[in-house]
Amino acid sequence: MPEGRTGSQLDRNRSSLLVQAPRQIAGTALSLALTFAGLTAVTFVIARVMPADPVLAIVGDRAHQDVYDAVYRELGLDQPIFVQYLRYLGQLFEGDLGVSIMTAQPVLVDLLRFFPATLELATVATLLGVLGGVPLGVLAAVRQGRWLDHLIRVIGLFGYSVPVFWLGMLALFVLYAKLGWVAGPGRIDIFFDGMVEPVTGLILVDSALAREWEIFRNALGHLVLPAGILGIHSLAYLARMTRHFMLEQLGQEYILAARVKGVPERAVIWRHAFRNVLVQLITIVGLTYASLLEGSVLTETVFAWPGIGQYITSSLFNNDMSAVLGGTIVVGVCFVGINMGSDLLYRLVDPRAR
Amino acid sequence: MKRRDPLLIVDGLRVTFDTPRGPVAAVRDVSFVLGREKLGIVGESGSGKSQTGRALLGLLARNGRMAARQLAFDNVDLLRAGEGERRALRGGRISMILQDPKFSLNPVMTVGEQIVEAFRVHANVSRREARLRALAMLEAVHIREPGHVFDAWPHELSGGMGQRVMIAIMMVPEPDLLIADEPTSALDVTVRLQVLALLDDMLARRGAALIFISHDLNLVGSFCDRVLVMYAGRVVETLRADELQSARHPYTRGLLACQPRVDGDGSDLPTLDRDPAWLR
Ligand SMILES: Nc1ncnc2c1ncn2[C@@H]1O[C@H](COP(=O)(O)OP(=O)(O)OP(=O)(O)O)[C@@H](O)[C@H]1O
Ligand SMILES: [Mg+2]
Repeated sequence: MPEGRTGSQLDRNRSSLLVQAPRQIAGTALSLALTFAGLTAVTFVIARVMPADPVLAIVGDRAHQDVYDAVYRELGLDQPIFVQYLRYLGQLFEGDLGVSIMTAQPVLVDLLRFFPATLELATVATLLGVLGGVPLGVLAAVRQGRWLDHLIRVIGLFGYSVPVFWLGMLALFVLYAKLGWVAGPGRIDIFFDGMVEPVTGLILVDSALAREWEIFRNALGHLVLPAGILGIHSLAYLARMTRHFMLEQLGQEYILAARVKGVPERAVIWRHAFRNVLVQLITIVGLTYASLLEGSVLTETVFAWPGIGQYITSSLFNNDMSAVLGGTIVVGVCFVGINMGSDLLYRLVDPRAR
Repeated sequence: MKRRDPLLIVDGLRVTFDTPRGPVAAVRDVSFVLGREKLGIVGESGSGKSQTGRALLGLLARNGRMAARQLAFDNVDLLRAGEGERRALRGGRISMILQDPKFSLNPVMTVGEQIVEAFRVHANVSRREARLRALAMLEAVHIREPGHVFDAWPHELSGGMGQRVMIAIMMVPEPDLLIADEPTSALDVTVRLQVLALLDDMLARRGAALIFISHDLNLVGSFCDRVLVMYAGRVVETLRADELQSARHPYTRGLLACQPRVDGDGSDLPTLDRDPAWLR
C-alpha cells in the first residue's frame, strides 16, 4: 500500500540530505582547489612561453651580461618550468605576486587599487541590469504580443547591439560636455582624490562610511555613465532571458492549476511563475556579474576608469607578466567564487537541487 | 437554489483557437445539462474534452475564444460574468483536477503552502486555521502522516500521493462542481482504483457534482451516471451508464470495441472507423 510508506520515505529523503551535505562541501572544496591549480598553471605557462624576456624588462637592454645572468638566476629562470611554477605558487600563498614593471609597485598593491574600481562598476551595473531588466522581462511576457512587449523588445535589441564605445562617447559628449549633468571620465574629481581613507577601495562605500556626502555625490556622478552603459547592456540581456523563462513557466500546467484555484493573476505571476523563473535567473545573473568583473576594457578606456580590465591589458602590452598573472588570478577567483555563490543560492531556492 | 434546478446549463458551446493557419474549432456546439450527478465525457484524443472543461472555468489558452447560446452555473450567467466574478467561482465553486500531478503542482512551493493557498483564496481565515484545515484535508485523502506531507516538496511525492494532494487542493474550498480531466491516466493501475474510490467518497460526502473526462469508456461507464461521447468537437451520443453496452452510434461502438479486455482472446484490437457523416 503506497500510503503506508509515506512517512518513512520522506524521512529517508531528508536523512540522505544530511549525509550528503558534508560530502557536497568536500566536493566543492576539491573542485575549487583543482580549478585554482588549473587556472594558475595555465596562466603561468602562457606567461612563460610568451616571447617576452622578463630579465630584459627589468635590467634594460644596455645592461652587462653579468647583471643579466644574475637577474636571470634571481628570478629562477634557470630552473625547470615545473619548479618555477611551484615556486610561484609558494609565493602566491604568501601574498607575493611579484612586482609590476610598469608601476614599480608590488602587483598585490596594484590589484588592491584597480580591482575595487571594477568591482564597484560591475556591481552597480549588475544591480541596474537586474532591477531594470527582470521586471521589464516579466512585463513583456505578461503582455506578450502587445505593444508594450514590442517596445521592450526594441529596447532590448538596442541595448544589446549598440556598441559600448559609441554609446559611451555619445553619452559623454551630450550629458557631460554639452549639458554638464554628469561628471566626466575617471572615478572622482582630482580635487577629491585620496581624500577618503580607502577601507574597501569602493569609493561610494568608503565615502559613505566617512559621511563625506560631497565626495559620495561626486563619485556617483562619475559612476553614473559607465555603470549606466554597462547596465543597459545587462538589462537588455536579462530582460530577454526573463521574458523567455517567464513565457516558458506561464505555459506550465501548475500555472493553470493555480488559476483553477482562483488565485489572482498578480499572485499567479509573482508567487507561482516568478519563483520558478528566479531559479533559472540565478545562474544567468551570476554569469553576467562574473563577466563584468573581468573588467570591460572598452568602457574602462572610454571613461578612463582605472579598472582591472585596463590594468591587465596594458600590462600585457608592456610584457609585464607578473601583473598579467596576478590580474588573471583575481579574475579567475572571482569567476569561481561567483559560480559557487550562485550554486549555493540555487540550492537554497530550488528544493529539487538540495 | 431550488433542489430541482440544474447546476450547470451548457447550450451551444463553441471553442475556437486562432492559429497561424487560421481558426481551429476545438469544440463545436456542445450542449448538456448537469444536475448533482456524475457525468462522464469520453472521446479520442483531440475530440475537445479538455477544452470543454477549461471553457467552463473561463481558462482557455491565450489564442482561444468561446461562445455559447447559454452558459449558466447555479443561475450565474458565465457569459456575462466579469473576471472578478468568474475568479470567485473558480476553485471556490467549480474546480478542476488535471491529468498529471507531476506537472500540476508548483515545484518550488511546499504541499502545505499550496493547499493553504487554495483555501485562503476563498475563505478569510488566519494562517493557523488554514493550516489546520489543510492537515485535516490531507487526512481526508488518506495520507498517513499529514504533518510530514504538509512540509514536503512536490518532487518528494509519488504519483498516487501527488494526485491525492491535488484532490485535497481542489476540494478544500468545498466546490459544488469538480471537473476531473483524466485524473488517473498518469497513475499505475492499482493506485488508479484507490484514487477513484477516494474521489467518489469525497464527492458523495459533499454532494458535489462531477464531470469526469477520460479516454476510457468502460471506466467512465462504471464510475459515472451518464456519459457524453465526443467526436471532433461534437457530442455524438449521450447515454445512461447502464445502457452503455447497447449504444447505437457506430463511433461509441467503435470506442467500446477498442477497449482491451482481461478475458479477451489476445487478438489485435480493432481500429476506429470514422465517417464524415457523423458531423452532420
Ligand atoms: N492553444 C491551442 N491552439 C490551437 N489549438 C488548440 C489549442 N489547444 C487545443 N487545441 C486543439 O483543440 C482540440 C481539442 O483539444 P482538447 O485538449 O480538448 O482535446 P482532448 O479531447 O482533451 O484530447 P486528449 O484526450 O488528448 O487530452 C485539439 O485538436 C487541439 O489541437
Ligand atoms: Mg485532454
